[in-house]
Amino acid sequence: MTAFSFASLTPVLPEIILALGAMALLMLGAYRERSTAIVNVCAILLLVAAGCIAWLIPNGRAFNGSFIVDDFARYMKILACLGSASALVMSLDYMTAEREQKFEYAVLILLSTVGMGMLISAGDLIALYLGLELMSLALYVVAASSRDNVRSTEAGLKYFVLGALSSGMLLYGCSLIYGFTGNVSFTGIAKASGEGGLGLIFGLVFLLAGFCFKVSAVPFHMWTPDVYEGAPTPVTAFFAAAPKIAAMAIFARATISAFPGITHQWQQIVVFVSIASMVLGAFAAIGQRNIKRLMAYSSIGHMGFALIGLAAGTAEGIQGVLVYMAIYLTMTVGTFAVILSMRRPEGMVEQISDLSGLSRTNPALAFFLAMLLFSLAGIPPLAGFFAKYYVFLGAIKAGLYGLAVIGVLASVVGAYYYLLIVKVMYFDEPAPNFQRVPLELKAVLGLAGLFNIFYFVYPAPLVAAAGLAAKSLF
Amino acid sequence: MAAWPVLSLTTFLPLVGVLLIALFKQDEAGARNARWVALWTTLITFAVSLNLVWRFDAGSSEFQFVEKHPWLGGYGTYHMGVDGISLPLVILTTAIMPLCIAASWRAITVRVREYMIAFLVLETLMVGTFSALDLVLFYLFFEGGLIPMFLIIGVWGGPRRVYASFKFFLYTLLGSVLMLLAIMAMYWEAGTTDIAVLVRHAFPQNMQPWLWFAFFASFAVKMPMWPVHTWLPDAHVEAPTAGSVILAAILLKMGGYGFLRFSLPMFPHASADFAPFVFTLSVIAIVYTSLVALVQEDMKKLIAYSSVAHMGFVTMGIFAATAQGIAGGIFQMVSHGVVSSALFLSVGVVYDRMHSREISTYGGLVNRMPVYAAVFLLFTLANIGLPGTSGFVGEFLALLGTFRVNVTVATLATLGVILSACYALWLYRKVIFGKLEKPSLAHITDMGWREIAIFAPLVVLTLWLGFYPKPVLDMSAASVAALLDNYQHALGPAKAAALVK
Repeated sequence: MTAFSFASLTPVLPEIILALGAMALLMLGAYRERSTAIVNVCAILLLVAAGCIAWLIPNGRAFNGSFIVDDFARYMKILACLGSASALVMSLDYMTAEREQKFEYAVLILLSTVGMGMLISAGDLIALYLGLELMSLALYVVAASSRDNVRSTEAGLKYFVLGALSSGMLLYGCSLIYGFTGNVSFTGIAKASGEGGLGLIFGLVFLLAGFCFKVSAVPFHMWTPDVYEGAPTPVTAFFAAAPKIAAMAIFARATISAFPGITHQWQQIVVFVSIASMVLGAFAAIGQRNIKRLMAYSSIGHMGFALIGLAAGTAEGIQGVLVYMAIYLTMTVGTFAVILSMRRPEGMVEQISDLSGLSRTNPALAFFLAMLLFSLAGIPPLAGFFAKYYVFLGAIKAGLYGLAVIGVLASVVGAYYYLLIVKVMYFDEPAPNFQRVPLELKAVLGLAGLFNIFYFVYPAPLVAAAGLAAKSLF
Repeated sequence: MAAWPVLSLTTFLPLVGVLLIALFKQDEAGARNARWVALWTTLITFAVSLNLVWRFDAGSSEFQFVEKHPWLGGYGTYHMGVDGISLPLVILTTAIMPLCIAASWRAITVRVREYMIAFLVLETLMVGTFSALDLVLFYLFFEGGLIPMFLIIGVWGGPRRVYASFKFFLYTLLGSVLMLLAIMAMYWEAGTTDIAVLVRHAFPQNMQPWLWFAFFASFAVKMPMWPVHTWLPDAHVEAPTAGSVILAAILLKMGGYGFLRFSLPMFPHASADFAPFVFTLSVIAIVYTSLVALVQEDMKKLIAYSSVAHMGFVTMGIFAATAQGIAGGIFQMVSHGVVSSALFLSVGVVYDRMHSREISTYGGLVNRMPVYAAVFLLFTLANIGLPGTSGFVGEFLALLGTFRVNVTVATLATLGVILSACYALWLYRKVIFGKLEKPSLAHITDMGWREIAIFAPLVVLTLWLGFYPKPVLDMSAASVAALLDNYQHALGPAKAAALVK
């Protein structure tokens, strides 16, 4: 490395902005009283700015190919920034009402998003691990951010211990892969791996185990329900969207670009994980009474559906994954906007039965939630249907008929528990009304709901963007 | 083709009504306005759809009023159009809708706005189902109808509405998801989801049975065919009157329409191979559900089972794959749409007064309700298939068409006609004839003007189609001929000859 030029850092610009911004906000928060509100607003603006810049910067590589900016990275980064930003927006009112105004929260989310950007753009195993740990460490802390709450601290601890275990496995996988190929960069591994070999496959399995943990796919999903339930609700909203997107991005990038020679081997694993997640997500959610827990199982199921596209291992499949993640983001964020609105004078409530008769006490809220639930269930003409449509399209092309059939059957089972919530809202007698829904939650819910309802009118741009992004991996 | 996209206009006009109703307040005035807006929207939609009939060229088997725009970014197009098979069903839909709104005028008193919105959305989705010429678009409309219907049954339904609505939703969804996978497989095979192209595409013979079964799963549930009909009696009984009408008159027709639009033309080999299987199920449906209808104590349930039996004639006629059979199937769908709606509305008339659907609640109604007795008699006879009513033409043609292909099946199916007389007349006698002995019925009133206005068009239609079925048969003749032509051409001369002995 000879002369260093700042121009070579252009691809990393969004991450630099977020990181510097996070540090600045940390200073601001630490040295100025009552600055939480400013920190929050600045953090949201920073995330939006980072998303915009991620959109604008040209394709390129930094740090000798460790950091890749391509259409895929761009697409996923915009989604991740959007997810983080909306989670922050949704937390504003909650923090005020619960007297949990901590500036660290916004800073940690910013840092976590830096990690996500790093992860999405990772071009080798080192960058992958750096990004993953940066993202996760911040997540462990925000899970426990409600310090005096036993459930929150328990959630944080549980997440940390299991997360550390999975990181260990991932790291072990990385070292095996390095040991057998002599390379850490994805392209190098792809060249060196050839037809594979037992050692490489061992490494691959450990690597995938780590990824599965991060996207909360079965059999590494155990942490999800507890953490979702225990963490403060805005944190859960954050967990459900942005980190999943980043993890899914690296899952796709690593498998597709580093192991094209042994596609058949990792495909089997992904197929199994996908089926197990869909089926467990569908059946385990049925008995849930707590809506946050239900959303945890729902997210497990959804990750299973998204993985169908990855299992196909083709550009069409990845396109499906990308469309799926975008629509999943809107559905989840919208649903959590409703969950965050479930506030009675005595405090937050989170039982499904608390939604009883919502269609009479608050018709607009009920309508949007119902539409989001139908969308989550994948009923046309809502956006969730198209999400499933594209992943199944990829699976059918790849000839994975068994996976596709199990997938659609699981989606019918899944429809049952979403319908149960609709039933509670529309068919049952009203429970006491919720408190006034804050404006920003209304806005988030309205945007997410309208997107899901009217997506079918003009679906082409998202699909085209996802198609472009998927092609850049191949 | 046309300066005005009339078909899209017919499809999406109800949504304008939805927007208007959404603006109203949640009070008594809002409810009243919602009723009027819904009525006018459906009437205007009906008027617009008549424009389709007016300009329809019955001599052509091509799709007409075609609109085509890019939509899913390469994976599907917004392609709409009707031919002689779908146009009668489109008109049926738009014609029945105003009656449904009118029938709900007094019966629905809670959440009127939402009710009207659900119905208008449902109308859009139903018309769209019949006029979509792209598989994905079709699926969108076809499945989208589940949401409003689920809410209609669940919110405004009877005591077991939750059970019925869930059963309806999940049953239908389960049937349809397999069709979705088949649609994708067809896309990769043929490179398009355009129905107009796919009907001319020769799918490999080893692929056809799978695709056929996937579509069959969906349409058989929707139709419904024995043994997957069990959701229907529950849904019918629990749904509000207008919901039952829509279910019987239009949603069930989507199954028959699907067989005609997809199964026969796209998978001719599989259709020919599985025709005996469909015949068997149809005959079982006709005979078995007629017998079941005989022992019902609930009026709506009885009519629901009779619907299953009548749909058996439709599937039988369609898979006979003869000109008479298919024409009979289409005619039977239209006729059943009119007659079964009228029957459910008839039940609704007495239900609104007594809030009971038990047959034993009634008896001797003729003494206090002569007009009602006359109207109910006409539709009972039409349900049996008495010559001179629309019910006769459809059943006769379907049986005629089947007779050429399979004598045994046709003979067994004829049993159904006799059985239908048994249960329908039995119901009529129990409810209408006899002495008016029950004290609760002593002050029951005859039909009012609103109710007579609802029934008048149905009476006219039933008799008109019974005496002069030519308009409907002519409308579909060219398309049916083209369908059969393609079908026999695809099968090859040997197989086609073996089919028609």
